[in-house]
Formats: sequence, structure tokens, C-alpha cells
Amino acid sequence: MKPESIRLAAPARLQRRSEDPWFVKWTLILLAVTVMGLLVIVPVANVFYHALAGGLGTYWRSLVLDSDTRHSILLTLTVAPIAVAANVIFGVAAAWAIARFRFPGRTILTTLIDLPFSVSPVVVGLMFILIFGLQGTLGPWLREHGIKIVFALPGLILVTCFVTLPFVARELIPLMEAVGADEEIAALSLGANGWQMFWRITLPNIKWGMLYGVILCNARAMGEFGAVYVISGHIAGQTDTMPLRVEKLFQEYNLPGSFAVASVLTLLALVTLVVKLFLERQSRRQREEATESTDLAETSNRIDSTTYCQTTLEKQP
Amino acid sequence: MATGNRRLLPGFHLSLGYSVLYLSVLVLIPLAACLAKAAALSPSQFMAAVWTERARAAYSLTFGVSFAAALINVLLGGLIAWVLVRYEFPGKRLFDSLVDLPFALPTAVAGLVYSNLYVSNGWLGRFLVPLGIEGAYTRLAIVLVLTFIGLPFVVRTVQPVLETLDADVEEAAALLGANRWQIFVRVLLPSLYPAFLTGFALSFARALGEYGSVVFVSGNMPFKTEIAPVLIVQRLEEFSYSEATAIAVVLLLISFALLVAVNLLERWSKSHEA
Repeated sequence: MKPESIRLAAPARLQRRSEDPWFVKWTLILLAVTVMGLLVIVPVANVFYHALAGGLGTYWRSLVLDSDTRHSILLTLTVAPIAVAANVIFGVAAAWAIARFRFPGRTILTTLIDLPFSVSPVVVGLMFILIFGLQGTLGPWLREHGIKIVFALPGLILVTCFVTLPFVARELIPLMEAVGADEEIAALSLGANGWQMFWRITLPNIKWGMLYGVILCNARAMGEFGAVYVISGHIAGQTDTMPLRVEKLFQEYNLPGSFAVASVLTLLALVTLVVKLFLERQSRRQREEATESTDLAETSNRIDSTTYCQTTLEKQP
Repeated sequence: MATGNRRLLPGFHLSLGYSVLYLSVLVLIPLAACLAKAAALSPSQFMAAVWTERARAAYSLTFGVSFAAALINVLLGGLIAWVLVRYEFPGKRLFDSLVDLPFALPTAVAGLVYSNLYVSNGWLGRFLVPLGIEGAYTRLAIVLVLTFIGLPFVVRTVQPVLETLDADVEEAAALLGANRWQIFVRVLLPSLYPAFLTGFALSFARALGEYGSVVFVSGNMPFKTEIAPVLIVQRLEEFSYSEATAIAVVLLLISFALLVAVNLLERWSKSHEA
């Protein structure tokens, strides 16, 4: 409240003084819009132009009637949800441990979660080949038992999990810290068991943040290229995901087909942005409501009830 | 929230145990395997793998283009962040959300489009190639696509800092007789410095490891347009795993150093604010 009231009270003359002259303002806006136009908007338009240049018939044919492309779409739709689900479970577990408890090594754990972002995707693929590949540590054993990981679906899932690991956890840790444990402690003191508390209190509180993480995680999982390229062996009709299919068609000089697959991925990116915008608004609203309710409920009151819960809980055997 | 929480809240051992297990299986063990494989090489073998002429060319190219792209990102990202925070204009919210598109767009798509835009009959190449600007299958092409990939990093690190800057300080400077340019250089820039550095480091780190988009646009010619990750893939396809691993370890060490640098920078800028 305070800074705003001060700013409102500032005399109009001063206010104007700190604003840029109109020509500076509009030159900069024009420059920024041109930059964004050339770097972002023209490429997106270009994808759809080339995808649809041969007409809707060609577009449909290159997407659905090409069996390898169809397979790549199905494969992406298999790998991404599994990776997202795995990272949601991990994200919730990690956020619960890190945001609710203090323990030695907590900072290291937080840093480790960020690590996958700074490893080159190609190196990720290589690391898994070194373990599961034929010349790798576990390779001979896996071959004896007829388990295929490299150049197969399990490998694709593993590297996708690695690359998208931080998204959900990074979203949830600060969110859970901000929400606090008061409601959860209250629920427990009222006799809820751990899972009841989780499903009825924790999950609804972090719902929007979690979805936000999911949507980013999913976009990356569907779009991952480097790691998947290395681990998949790039076999058309078998281990090619959609981004790999884009490259394969590009190498085969089948530009309409390549752009058709690319347009689906671009559409996915645009949908991701829209959903992301919606989720940002929802989570902001939820956070505002949360802070408002704490303001209303008088903090002292709240502390009283928590300490009461704590003491009653501690008295229990 | 003290350790007492462990008595109040359930699931400490379950959640921590699961997190550590998941991280170990997915991240720590593969990393260790990679390092162990590299450590199994003798120092001379390691050097022979990572210090060939082709590898050196690949490193210097990777560094050069990543540095150039990150620097361009600082300039363009700074401009975009400034416009988004300071000015109102129609379509601003759409503009704001489009900044994140490079995060959401698969890198293969970015590579495909950028390779298509700048060839001589492409939408932009049509005008640029007659001027002698070859934006496809050259080093410039790599810089262009890396600039696209890294654009959101600088915008999204500078934007929040710019938003929190007090108007009072600028007004005070104006009252003391500073002109707009002096205010920008002496008052605004020093407080934005850490954010710019962080954005630079993030976009640099991203560019160093980038593969998907670059393979499309660069043409991947050894000594000319072959970046380090492409060289790793090359070595893998020749089944020389040790050499690939050695180069990968070099890349890994560089990106860890950058990660540490970014963390230190963030801590520094936080103490700067306080």
C-alpha cells in the first residue's frame, strides 16, 4: 500500500519528467515489435504457410496417411504423458520434502533438481547409452534377458524424464512454501490421516501451480530433440517421435511433410502459451484470495490456533 | 517451520526417500557413469579425444556463436523488457506472452523454419541474400537461431527487476538535474546489472548445449559450422564412445561452472537488493 500512496501523491510535473518523450517511446516500441516480428512472428507464420501451401488435402495426407508420421505422433503421445506423470509424482514428493521439512542436504537437493536444465540434451542421451547400450555397464545383462532400453521406448521415456525433471518441482517448491502448513496441521489435528490431508488440503492448494508445471513439462517433453535423437537410434516407424520425424522428412527433402508435422508442434506451443496465461491468472487469483483470507483472519488468531494444534498433537502418544 | 514439523506432518521419509531415489536413478547414476567412463581413459587418451583440431574448431565455434547470441539477447531482451515494463501500447499483453514462444516451441521446429527463412528464396533470405547476408548454413545462421532460442531468458530475468525499481530514485535524480540518459546509465543500469548478467549466463548456457535447432540451420561442416554437440553425435555414430564421452565431459564441466556462476550471481543480486 505504502509506495503506491506515495507515488499518487507525487506532483504531476515530476511524474511527467520521469517519462520518456513520445518519439523515444514510439521508436523503442516500434523497434521491439520489429524484433519480435522478425524473430518470432514471421517464423510461426512461415510454418503454417508452408504446411498449408499445398492445400488442405496434401496437409491431411502428409499427416495421417503417412504411416511413419502417424506412428511418430502416437509415439510422442505415449512418451510425453508418461514422462509428465513421473515428474508430477516426483515434483510433489520433492516439494513436500523440501518445502515442509528442514534436513541436512536440503540445499544440495534443490540444486540437484535444477541440474538437468544445464546438461546438453545430447550429453543426456549419451549418458544413458553408456549405461544401457550394448557396450555399456548393463548392456550385456539386459541383452541376455531380452530387455531393450536403448533404441526403444524405455530409453525414450528415460531421457524425456531427465530433460523435463525440473519443471513441476521448481513450480511447486516455492508455491508450497508460500501456502504454508497451517491448514494441513489443522486438518491433521481434526483427525484426518495423511492421505486425506493430501487429497483434500495440499492438492487443492497447489492445483494451479501444478498444472502450470505440467503444461511446461509437457511442451518440453513433446518437443525434446537432442536427447531423444541420440537414444532412439532414429528409426522411422519405430522410435521416431514427432520432432525426429520433422528432421527425417527434412533430410528426405519432403518439405511439405516436414512442415505439416512442424505445424502440429507449433500449434501445441501456441496452445501451451494460452493455457499458461490462463493458469497464471488462476494461480494469481488463488494466491490473492489466500493472502486476503489470512489478512482477514488476523494473523495472531491463526498463530494461536496453530500452536494449539501443535500442543494437542504433541500431547498425543 | 523447524524440524518439529517432522512430528506434526506425515510423509517426511516417504517423500524424501522417493525424491532421492528418483534423482539418483535418473540423474546421479547416469552422470557418474559418464564421468567414470571418461576417468577410465588415460590422460593422454583423454587429451587426444578432446583436443583434436576438429574438436578445437568445434569448441571455439560453439563458444563464439553462443557468446554472440547471448550478447544479442542482452541487447534485444533489454529493449523488449524495457518496452514491456515502461510503456503502454495496444496488443501489449499478446506481445508479452509471445516472448515465451521460444520456450514452448520445439527446437526442431525452430531449426526447420530458420533454415527455410534465410535461404535465397525464403521469406527473409529473398531480401538479405542479394545484400550478401547469408543467413542459412553459415555461422550467422547458428547465431540467428540461438538468438531465437535464448530470447526469453534475458527478458524474463530483467523484466521483474525493472518492475520493482522505485520511481522515486529516478525522480530524485531528475530533481538533482540529471537528464534521461544520465539517469539511465547512472541510476537504472547499475541496479539492472545483475539481472542482465544472469540472463546472459542463462542464455549462454542454453546456447552451449543446444542441438536440435542448430543441426537444421548449420549444415554441420567440420571446421566450419560444426558445433560441439554435433561432434559428439558424430563420434557416437562412429561408435567411438570414449571420444564422445570425453567431449561430453568437457561440455558438462563448462555447463556446471556456468550453473554455479548463475547461482552465485543470483545470491549476489539478492544481497545487492537488500
